[in-house]
Amino acid sequence: MPRIQVETNINGQSEEFLCDANQSLLDVLRDELGLTGTKEGCATGDCGACSVLLDGRLVCACLVLGAEAQGKEITTIEGIAGDQLHPLQQKFLEHAALQCGICTPGFIVAAKALLDKNPDPDETTIRYWLAGNLCRCTGYDKIIRAVQDAAKELAHPA
Amino acid sequence: MGAYAYVAPQSVDEVVAVLREHASNGQRAQVLAGGTDLMVQMRSVDKSPRTIVDIKHLAETNRLDIDGDEIYIGAAIASAQLFENQALKALLPGLLEASDLIGSTQIQGRASMGGNLCNASPAGDSIPAMIAVGAQCDIIGPGGQRSLPVEEFVTGVGSNALNEGEFLLGLRIARPAARTADAYLRFIPRTEMDIAVAGAGVSVTLDDSGTCTAARVAIGAVAPTALLVPQAAQALVGSTLDDAALQAAGEACTSASSPISDKRGTAEYRRKVVAVLCRRAAAIAAERAAAA
Repeated sequence: MPRIQVETNINGQSEEFLCDANQSLLDVLRDELGLTGTKEGCATGDCGACSVLLDGRLVCACLVLGAEAQGKEITTIEGIAGDQLHPLQQKFLEHAALQCGICTPGFIVAAKALLDKNPDPDETTIRYWLAGNLCRCTGYDKIIRAVQDAAKELAHPA
Repeated sequence: MGAYAYVAPQSVDEVVAVLREHASNGQRAQVLAGGTDLMVQMRSVDKSPRTIVDIKHLAETNRLDIDGDEIYIGAAIASAQLFENQALKALLPGLLEASDLIGSTQIQGRASMGGNLCNASPAGDSIPAMIAVGAQCDIIGPGGQRSLPVEEFVTGVGSNALNEGEFLLGLRIARPAARTADAYLRFIPRTEMDIAVAGAGVSVTLDDSGTCTAARVAIGAVAPTALLVPQAAQALVGSTLDDAALQAAGEACTSASSPISDKRGTAEYRRKVVAVLCRRAAAIAAERAAAA
């Protein structure tokens, strides 16, 4: 079976890749495009480590086929920072909101999707929004504090 | 063995043609909407090659029509998109609460109500809620278009009434009449990200005096399929949804259920909880209907 040719946009840049019909977007990002910032945790949509934005919508890349990326806009963790770290990334550092770090890209992409939609979420909203992101080191509290602080920073840049 | 293939048809006719061609050649084809069940199944449960037919590029499966006498929800619309629609949420709050309960934010971004229905899990949260509001399945296939009530669509655990070459285009729901509203409740041992132990969807219509003139009650996760429970609805109709009527409706749900015992709860527990959920959902629906 010939591989499928896909034209897409990743982090603001046009990309073309070839993939197998049953290859996930996660495998395409990591294995075909070398974008290894997006992590594989469970590969069954339970852990959120592979969170990316697909046409602005938060999804698990493991539950999207690479072929479905045709004509779409994808944002991965590599597309979050500009010249400087995004406030979410900076606040994760400041609050030590990571231990082993595997879940961190997914948490940051998911948190960015929340703050883009709701710049001033309360703690309950943040916790429910991030319920699909699992941290095996169980550093949840620091993660929540980092997101709250990043929201403040984005609203009132220092 | 064959190999995996992926097609993304641009028209309903193309989808039907692909499905029919595969069926007549003895090849496997499977419809893809949000993929939140399909992708997991094809990676772990059943890895056999097939042609994946993506139905997200059709106008019909993306149609969301809420202005007419009939509400139409395309089979491929992601749950998050439905939940963001305030007008739809005001019309069918119970149905949208049910679909919003399915999975995480990430899952909501992909999972569709149509997929939840076709996947036909006994615990699919949106199914009892669809039955409660009298949703009809809009099905198309080689023989043309047909309609089927949701309670007749799911035929068993993981099986549905679609014939070879058919697929689900969307759901049709009569616009709720005045003083009509729905509610859905499920029980899980925590507050988020779990599979229903039991669920109940209720829709009621009240007259000006507060008497219930019409009702539909459906239960989930307590039988091989979600069930419409006409006896529970009968217990509500004619009452003011007083304690005695709610009690009788709950008991009818317990009688209609035939649950299994598993790690989420015993059969005895499920029979009891489904009655509680029915009573509470009916009370919420009544409160909403009085305000509608």
